[in-house]
Amino acid sequence: MESSEGTGGLSGEIEVEAYRRLFPLPFYERHLLESVRPDARPLNRARDTTIALGPVASADGSALVKIGDTTMLAAIKLEVMTPSTDAPDEGSLAIEFQMPPICSPSVRPGRPAEVASVISKQLSDVMMSSEMINLKELSLISGKAAWMAYLDIYCLSADGCLFDAALLSAIAAFSHLQIPLVSVNDDGRVIAVFGELPEAKLKLELVNKEKRKLSLGSKPFSLTCILHEEYILADPNAEEESIMDTFVTVVLDSLGQLVSIYKPGGAALANMSTIKACIALTKSRVKELNNILSESLSEMEVD
Amino acid sequence: MEVVRADGRTPNQLRPLACSRNLLHRAHGSARWSQGDTIVLAAVYGPKAGIRKGENPEKASIEVIWKPKTGQTGKAEKEYEMILKRTLQSICLLAVHPNTTTSIILQVVGDDGALLPCAINASCAALVDAGVPLKHLAVAICCGLTEGGYVVLDPTKSEEQKMRAFAYLVFPNSSHSVLPKAPSAVDEEPGIITSVTYGLMSESHYINCLGHGHAACAKISEFLRKSLQTQFPGDLSKGT
Repeated sequence: MESSEGTGGLSGEIEVEAYRRLFPLPFYERHLLESVRPDARPLNRARDTTIALGPVASADGSALVKIGDTTMLAAIKLEVMTPSTDAPDEGSLAIEFQMPPICSPSVRPGRPAEVASVISKQLSDVMMSSEMINLKELSLISGKAAWMAYLDIYCLSADGCLFDAALLSAIAAFSHLQIPLVSVNDDGRVIAVFGELPEAKLKLELVNKEKRKLSLGSKPFSLTCILHEEYILADPNAEEESIMDTFVTVVLDSLGQLVSIYKPGGAALANMSTIKACIALTKSRVKELNNILSESLSEMEVD
Repeated sequence: MEVVRADGRTPNQLRPLACSRNLLHRAHGSARWSQGDTIVLAAVYGPKAGIRKGENPEKASIEVIWKPKTGQTGKAEKEYEMILKRTLQSICLLAVHPNTTTSIILQVVGDDGALLPCAINASCAALVDAGVPLKHLAVAICCGLTEGGYVVLDPTKSEEQKMRAFAYLVFPNSSHSVLPKAPSAVDEEPGIITSVTYGLMSESHYINCLGHGHAACAKISEFLRKSLQTQFPGDLSKGT
């Protein structure tokens, strides 16, 4: 739309914005006919994704992920605890996803967003289903001590595809995680060691001299697509999610196995060809995300 | 090679289904759906005037409350509530009663596997009992995938725990047409309303599950149709 010619052009621009607010669905459908979206993305392209590893220095592993404007901060803290009797050589994992009021005008303090508990549960289901983390690696002394990993994910800005960004930040944080050194002190309790300690103080070294990283299995990555009539829009932003209510989240791991296909209701039905198309879009997204993650990891190692 | 199941069923066999309606007198509609030992009781109140904050006043809104059998409501219950709300929103005709709220309360009476599909079936029957206008019914099934890659329908809890993966699938019910079906209609692919999966599976396994699930839903649709048509001859207060 031209913005020249003073008041005539200006009123033309105001009309477009007003039309966008008053009739969002016809506004979008006009764009979909041209196979493009108002932010000039083609239908199958996801937004720009960046991963920053280690923003939280006090955490054992952390990552800041941005998909478009959606920003997620994930941090992992490890604590020594006694393992349960039915899994004496396994550690455990506690995942918490929170949406503080900073992320969106619709979230108010004191009233947690409903979608936060759902995404939290979805994240723990996906992490358990995919075989990325082997809990046996988190064990220290069988039956006596094991690591408890607390994964906290904070949404700093909610602009659509919250689950995708949260999953990516969790995977990035685990890739960045370094397990600290531990030793057994005089009471026989296992304590974490910070900084340098003279050799005499260390009674027992349980892990290698240097901090070790978790060896991760195949990592799961996800893509959310919106289904509207016969169009499939990849990686919607918040505006698109509010107008078109049917979405499908496909989670694939890097070996191409399906970890989860999540479609909670919605007016549009998904038949086999739609599902296959979503899976194909997710496959290319998985390659993209894997590249971005390995690039950030290699940059970290150089530092 | 046939899969041997603990209770002697074939892989494609469902547990005995039972549906009874109009159990609660204060609720506008109620239904109790059982699949073997998994039993869910659903009650529908509505449409009631007024709408919750943040919902669209031009449409009816659906509110789902899930009560587990024991313990307090946690994240799992919130997830079930959200999935149910979105599934039922897609089958209800929301424009008929704008600015109203319909509440669906689910009480888990027994949990022996396939809990979410049982709840979805129960809420559909309860919505029909309440007379809420619907586009079509939602029929839900649980498909499990064994280690050998075989699809097993309607697993019990012990089977679910041993399985490699399982999927909850919801399809629209099969339609009965008065006109003879045109040949092209047979080729229509089944469209899913809802899909929730747990565990790792390959794409071809999932497509396989969709096929088996759709066939099983046709059977459940038949059962639903028969049980919803049975009515007391003197019952005029609730329409068909």
